[in-house]
Amino acid sequence: MLKRILKDRLALSCGLIFLIVAVLSLSAPLVAQYVAHTGPNDEHITATIGSGVHRRYVVSLVGVPIGPTWGPRFFLGADSNGRDILVRLLYGGRASLAVGFIAAAITLTLATILGVAAGFYRGWLDAVIVRILDLMWAYPVILLAIAIGTVLAVSGITIGPITIRAGSLLLPAIIIGIVHIPYVAKPVRGQVLVIRKREFIDATRVLGMSPRRIMIREVVPNVATSLAVFAPLMVANSILLEAGLSFLGVGVLPPNPSWGNMIGQGISLISVAPTGVLAPGLMLVAAVIGVNGFGEGVRRALDPHGRIRPR
Amino acid sequence: MLSFIVRRTFSSAVVLAAVSVLTFMIFEVIPSGDPAIRMAGQNATPETIAAIRRTWGFNRSIWHQYISMMQKVFTGNVISYTDQVNVVSQIERGLPVTLSLALGAIVLTIAFSLCLGMLGAVTSGRVTDRILMFLTLTGLSTPSYVIGAIALYLLAYRAQVLPSGGYVHFGTDPAAWFTHLLLPWLSLAIPISCLSSRVLRASLLDNVNEDFVRTARAKGLSRSRVLVRHVLRTSLIPLVSIWGLDFAGLLGGGAILIETVFNLHGVGQYAAESVAGLDVPSILVVTLYGAFAVVLLSAVVDVLYAALDPRVRLDG
Repeated sequence: MLKRILKDRLALSCGLIFLIVAVLSLSAPLVAQYVAHTGPNDEHITATIGSGVHRRYVVSLVGVPIGPTWGPRFFLGADSNGRDILVRLLYGGRASLAVGFIAAAITLTLATILGVAAGFYRGWLDAVIVRILDLMWAYPVILLAIAIGTVLAVSGITIGPITIRAGSLLLPAIIIGIVHIPYVAKPVRGQVLVIRKREFIDATRVLGMSPRRIMIREVVPNVATSLAVFAPLMVANSILLEAGLSFLGVGVLPPNPSWGNMIGQGISLISVAPTGVLAPGLMLVAAVIGVNGFGEGVRRALDPHGRIRPR
Repeated sequence: MLSFIVRRTFSSAVVLAAVSVLTFMIFEVIPSGDPAIRMAGQNATPETIAAIRRTWGFNRSIWHQYISMMQKVFTGNVISYTDQVNVVSQIERGLPVTLSLALGAIVLTIAFSLCLGMLGAVTSGRVTDRILMFLTLTGLSTPSYVIGAIALYLLAYRAQVLPSGGYVHFGTDPAAWFTHLLLPWLSLAIPISCLSSRVLRASLLDNVNEDFVRTARAKGLSRSRVLVRHVLRTSLIPLVSIWGLDFAGLLGGGAILIETVFNLHGVGQYAAESVAGLDVPSILVVTLYGAFAVVLLSAVVDVLYAALDPRVRLDG
């Protein structure tokens, strides 16, 4: 399988695009400290840049932020609060990618548990889980996420010993991770329904293995291929949903940057300061193309006939 | 067939009821959610708050509140907590915008995905197909509001050929209606059609090797006729459900972001505003409306699917 991916030039170039975006995002603190000399949330509304006749306000007196200087400071210009767009772009990348990966991990873990348990045990447990998945499926996803996001953004949440502060990155990650569960849990359940009738499962029953052991040792490895195909897809979808929520102001909360909330804040000034929207927009697209394209390579390698489809 | 429709309707009703309970509960348990305190405004005396609580029934048990709220929903008489306006009439006001947006977007989606999907299948494996695969990958990875923002900047602000937002009623000026909605339609249609054109391409390629295609060719039908009349017809079956659900998604809140970018006062923007204001009645109605769109259209799609493809078993 690795060999097939390594031969897949489209998948490799997409992987490379993603790697570049990821490395750029990881280098955010270095750029902030050594190149731009400003943090992602530092405002320079009244500051000026350049000297003599070239002296310009970072944010003009009528509120128009400076455009790209193509120099170390304000390389891509400033936003309406006089913050360095490049620095925010890179820090925003860290937030967006972190949320994307954590959310996908949550989705895959919970969806596997639910899908395998429902498909394997059948009976009332299956009925309950399927109904819950149907409910989540019919609930307008973005409204659900906005609803939970608004609620938790105000107050934070305590689950047992873990307390998540309002404004933590874990909040959008958990919301997105949960919202996406039906997309993976339904096809996983469908696969388990087929697997549980196969002879080798009967054999393990005869051997006296406990149901839990059969599920972990025999069923889960058999759905692993599907999970590997779903994983990049869920990362891409989670990054997109995070961006959408942040665009509306309920994902990654301001003042912390994420690509989505940069686009949301910049959209009203797009006619005079387009880089504030175009830069995060293009980074977002590059990251998602990277993940999706690589994911397609994984799919082509693992599932050449296209049998595995998310709901 | 009839029993299938009856069962499908019943389970749809159950899901909708569950959605309403869930939405009500979410906003009931939130800490900052006491509507009486917010309605009373700042510097309100405890007596004012208590009075508001009595008049609006916030002091009764949560089930009482839920049931009286649902009664109001069914009689179309839900009053918003924040601006005391009838929620249903607000949604009715936004509906033409959202409906125009969703209908146009889905028409463009179907047209685009038919062209791209068939072109990809016909040129499968060749350069055109590879370029198409990369283009559709780019398209499906680009969120609609990013396309919208780029188009807005280039076409509305730089080139100034199209309006930068707002909505004109079809009855007032059909041409302006069209130009105002063109960019939102394209922004919505591009990502969706890139995804569904790939499904169509794969489905066409699957069916090309079926026996009935060989039979049709052997009967002497031309290649293009077989492709359109036989292969395309069969391959469109899975697309019906995809387009149906996409349409439901657009109606049920999927257009929120694009409505924000182009400043269209549709249902989506109303939903975003009511959620931001934590206004329980309007959130409840908007969510129910969105869920209703999804549930209704997915039921329609299921029935349509069974009607189109006799192989689908209805007892699944």
